[in-house]
Amino acid sequence: MNLWICNILESIFLIGLAPLGGMALKKMKARLQNRRGPGFFQSYRDIAKLFSKEPILPNQASWIFRLAPYVIFIVTALAVLIVPVVLIPLPLSAAADVITLVGLLSIARFFTALGAMDTGTAFGGMGSSREMTLSALAEPAMLMGVFVLSMAAQSTDLSTMVAVMLKGNLGLQPSLVFALAAMLIVATAETGRIPVDNPATHLELTMVHEAMILEYSGRYLALIEWANQIKLLLFATLIINLFFPWGIAIEVSGASLLVGVMAWILKLLTLFGLLALMETTMAKMRIFRVPEVLGLAFLLAILGMLTHYILEVSV
Amino acid sequence: MSSELLKQVMSTAAALFLLTSFAMLAQRHMKALLRWLAIQGGLLAVTSALVAFGAEFPELYVSAILALILKGILIPWVLWKIIIHLGVHREVEPLVNIFATLLIGAGLVLFSFYVSLPIAEQSVLLTSNIIAIGLACVLISMLIMITRSKAITMVVGYLAMENALFFMAVSATYGIPLVVEIGVAFDVLIAGLIFSLFFFQIRKTFDSLNLKDMEIKQ
Repeated sequence: MNLWICNILESIFLIGLAPLGGMALKKMKARLQNRRGPGFFQSYRDIAKLFSKEPILPNQASWIFRLAPYVIFIVTALAVLIVPVVLIPLPLSAAADVITLVGLLSIARFFTALGAMDTGTAFGGMGSSREMTLSALAEPAMLMGVFVLSMAAQSTDLSTMVAVMLKGNLGLQPSLVFALAAMLIVATAETGRIPVDNPATHLELTMVHEAMILEYSGRYLALIEWANQIKLLLFATLIINLFFPWGIAIEVSGASLLVGVMAWILKLLTLFGLLALMETTMAKMRIFRVPEVLGLAFLLAILGMLTHYILEVSV
Repeated sequence: MSSELLKQVMSTAAALFLLTSFAMLAQRHMKALLRWLAIQGGLLAVTSALVAFGAEFPELYVSAILALILKGILIPWVLWKIIIHLGVHREVEPLVNIFATLLIGAGLVLFSFYVSLPIAEQSVLLTSNIIAIGLACVLISMLIMITRSKAITMVVGYLAMENALFFMAVSATYGIPLVVEIGVAFDVLIAGLIFSLFFFQIRKTFDSLNLKDMEIKQ
């Protein structure tokens, strides 16, 4: 029972913090570019404003267009529930492992694409076609990257994987380096960050995610934006906890939870700092280059598996 | 340094070595290709130094220094100067699609793992499982030579192959005798210089470094 309360509180904590996290990243980027950037609570104000506005629906929009934002938000929030954030044991870990997580995220993506195509505009169709092309390449790479860890931990259950990684008797494992590189590439593609997609543009012919949500307004847009911020934080948490799990709480107790939260925030800020640095120094890739990069991520994951077998499992 | 730690460090070095091979296979730009070659040379030096330290083979320090100076700095620098001079520092044109090449590379890793299983079973050294990686790197370097159409990229592939062989020697047998090694190192340097002369000659004769232009028209 305690575990359930903790898990739900943890999820609410992450979902509530998601806009702030996105804004922290924006702020870091602004600082690096010699700008002041918006205030830390601007994204909360944006969401509140969008919720109070009347949503405008395109003429041809069907019920799918209206349903999609709710599905996207709920599914993303559910995904938060099955990822350990500051506490390793999860009440849902027996029911939902990392494959479920990938599945949930792909449901969200599927509905984003459906909602975009529903109105029949050129931008929506173009955006969803691109998104689906990229995700067809990103998803296997992500699964493979996670499987490298699963092989080391001999489980696909996220809590077990994090616990094994935390114990750290695995030593120095080169396969994990490959898996980390693959996961970093996939995470930038999946969350639509700069080398793959530019989150800050609205009117650019190469946009992917923004093209899909161009028709949304009011509370629908608020939900999608919020879900997107949650997704960014979710991927960051996943990478942090799988590869650098130091400090995460092992059992429910006040002190260890506090340490867990502090460590999580610290690691998250470090990761966001690196991401901001990367986004500032790199230019957006040509869209036809992206499949190549995602192919590289897939290959890195395969190499991780191979090196795991060749170098780490004693013959 | 305990043997377990040495083994882990060696494994990591082997994995990074494999990564540099793949990076060279995936690279489009001449400059990046040479940079990865230099990184590979540096990694070779680090690996030799680690083995020298871990297995207490002081001779290997000399080969580490040789590797760093020759393979990490001198040869890439000479090649870079030649490329600038010849004005061919543009994109490398692969004959096969890059992603397909990478997949073939992954297949080669699998193949060399399978081939070297019996050797790894026989070996008593700590680093026995690195033979597979070394073999894979040799094969990948050959792949670099096969799938690229310019003479310079082929030389880079050749040098990468030499690196891989050296890596295999260091990791699988704790290095070859120092005399042989110094000889090989200078051979490679001389080969690099001869190659550069060849580049100029090829260009003078054929007006291009592309292999397609060197074939005899029937």
